[in-house]
Amino acid sequence: MNVLLASLPFYPLVSFIILIAFGKKLSWQLAATISVSSMAITALVSAMLLFELSSSPNQAMTVNLWHWFDLTSQIGNAEVNVRFYLDGLSAVMISVVTGVGFLIHLFAAIYMKADANFSRFMAYMNLFIVAMLILVLADNLVLLYLGWEGVGLCSFLLIGFWYQEKANVLAARKAFIVTRVGDTSMAIGLLLLFNTFGELNIEAVTTLAQQTNTLTSVTSDKVSDDIYWIALLLLGGAVGKSAQLPLQTWLPDAMAGPTPVSALIHAATMVTAGVYLIARLHDIFILAPQVMNYVAWLGALTLLLAGIAALAQTDIKRVLAYSTMSQIGYMMLALGAGAWSAGVFHLMTHAFFKALLFLTAGAVIFALHHQQDLFKMGGLLKKLPFESSLFIIGLICLMALPGTSGFFSKEAIIAELWSSNTAGPMLWWCAILGALLTSIYSCRLFFIGFLGNSRFIEKANPETSTLLRSALIVLALLSLSGGLIPPDLSSVFSTAMSEPLSASIEPPWLHTVAIITPFIGILFSWFYFKQYRISRSSGAEQNLQATEGRLVMFCRQGLGFDAFYNALLVKPYQWLAQKNKADIFDQIIMLNAWYVSLWHEALVLVQNGSLRWYIAAFGLAILLLLGVSFL
Amino acid sequence: MTTIPLFHVLILASLLFLIGFIGVVARKNTLFILMSLEVMLNAVGVAFIGAGSVWQQADGQVMFILILTLAAAEAAVGLALLIRMRKKYRSLDIDLLNKMQG
Repeated sequence: MNVLLASLPFYPLVSFIILIAFGKKLSWQLAATISVSSMAITALVSAMLLFELSSSPNQAMTVNLWHWFDLTSQIGNAEVNVRFYLDGLSAVMISVVTGVGFLIHLFAAIYMKADANFSRFMAYMNLFIVAMLILVLADNLVLLYLGWEGVGLCSFLLIGFWYQEKANVLAARKAFIVTRVGDTSMAIGLLLLFNTFGELNIEAVTTLAQQTNTLTSVTSDKVSDDIYWIALLLLGGAVGKSAQLPLQTWLPDAMAGPTPVSALIHAATMVTAGVYLIARLHDIFILAPQVMNYVAWLGALTLLLAGIAALAQTDIKRVLAYSTMSQIGYMMLALGAGAWSAGVFHLMTHAFFKALLFLTAGAVIFALHHQQDLFKMGGLLKKLPFESSLFIIGLICLMALPGTSGFFSKEAIIAELWSSNTAGPMLWWCAILGALLTSIYSCRLFFIGFLGNSRFIEKANPETSTLLRSALIVLALLSLSGGLIPPDLSSVFSTAMSEPLSASIEPPWLHTVAIITPFIGILFSWFYFKQYRISRSSGAEQNLQATEGRLVMFCRQGLGFDAFYNALLVKPYQWLAQKNKADIFDQIIMLNAWYVSLWHEALVLVQNGSLRWYIAAFGLAILLLLGVSFL
Repeated sequence: MTTIPLFHVLILASLLFLIGFIGVVARKNTLFILMSLEVMLNAVGVAFIGAGSVWQQADGQVMFILILTLAAAEAAVGLALLIRMRKKYRSLDIDLLNKMQG
């Protein structure tokens, strides 16, 4: 029994219980120490686990905690255990969750210091880590689903953390409902999977899927049909959680939560759970190449749409939110193309640099007294040199300039697209276009916010605590050098390496184009966004206005998806609810009550307390009885 | 001595019983209700006596004495209650005593 692995989710759990039980009685020092140190222990333990894993013979470890329940079907029995399984893929995930999670906790402890509900905040953050660890360590899909719902709950709680404002509550509700659509699809997918294979244990399902793969000629149409639906439904779950088309609308609104939440949940970890799910069950997806093609297309479309929407945003956090969507689009594209390890690699590097970007943005917002509007910033490079330089590091990783971590992972994805069976040149061009968009919106963000005139009148006072800065610096170092430590996933995806068909021969200019694309974007923005970057002295032009053209507004509101869903789903639902205010089904049930009370009224009339009436009723009854007995 | 047929006795008894019953139901004055009750009891007594004499058995008369005792006891209790009611409500109207419902 591996104690380290077994105890991993319990450190944050203990911290969560302490914080939620004692709540406001704890001082800031105590609450911060408990939550951050529990995360530090978790990160330390997971580092030890990584070390142990690299020396273990079969590159995997399992530990069985307890038996949960049994599932029965016509095909057979399946045990559902609380059992943790650690292999290369979950190792990447736990290192991201605990490592980046620890740094974000450290940042959050200082960032949220002044909040009245500080311990509640840290408790939810800890609970999120627990749920996320259960998700990535789960050895069967039921336990994975538990973690999956757990992170959804924590996301809801943390988006709506400042629940006194209605907009935050609405955003939390929207995130919860929209992801629930995906989760329902995933639950149906799991049931169908159990019905088809009679197993929900991930290893067993993988083995069965591999067997099915080798026996392709034997499998009936029924099974391959089922697998197609399973893969599609699981994709639905992944799409909901990872904010991909068509369930992406919740992510930009989720930025209503505190910035550390955006960094931890909505950039680094939870939103990549969908990517993890598909990578984890890649053997099933291999059996359904058509669905893999859908995955690739969904990823590519999200990548482009989110990139376009990011071009028109004015809120610094919303730019980053759309950028997260588009980067997860890259991961989906990689998974769809069968570039499993490239996708997971990008997940890891993205977690580093996006957490850095969000936290730095948080530090900037903090320094500017909670100003999030880009057009009210400007010239921050001079005012906040420390934050700005870290932001630049984050942005060049996001743009994937050569040498940064983003470069290694994104190039790895793009390189595999052209000759993939389930992707192809079309999607390769989408990815290149996406890279161009990425560099353009990154430059626009930087030029508006950090160059040009300073449009922020009050004095900026950045948080200079060493702890906070060290967390940012570590993240920056990870972002820069994360590409040098590509995770070794060959044991996980060994069977999945689909040999590239030489249907299309790769032209020699592919890599050159991929590498120079970001530079084209930078060059383009250097001239196109000239008015943003140049400081002017004349008074009238000092205040920069966001353009409000029709097209810009359309892009700013997420390309009309919200309006579309509003018209298609929300409005009819509200109309129905309005019409059915009295609840017609309730009325049918209430008929019973009405019938009973009718009899009550009638019988009350009889019980009038008047003796003579009683006697008369008595006599009448005797007469009736006599009459009946005579007849 | 001419014998009275049982049928006639029973008709008399039922008429008396009916008159008594109507008195109980229709009268408002509690005193008259008690009196009507006596009439009803006596109607039953007549039926017992008649039946006893037809079958030449003493049981009918025994029953009548029982009923007579019952009637005396009932009258004693009833009259005592009547006095209490008179003191409390200054009236003998039975419809005043309708507080006990359900």
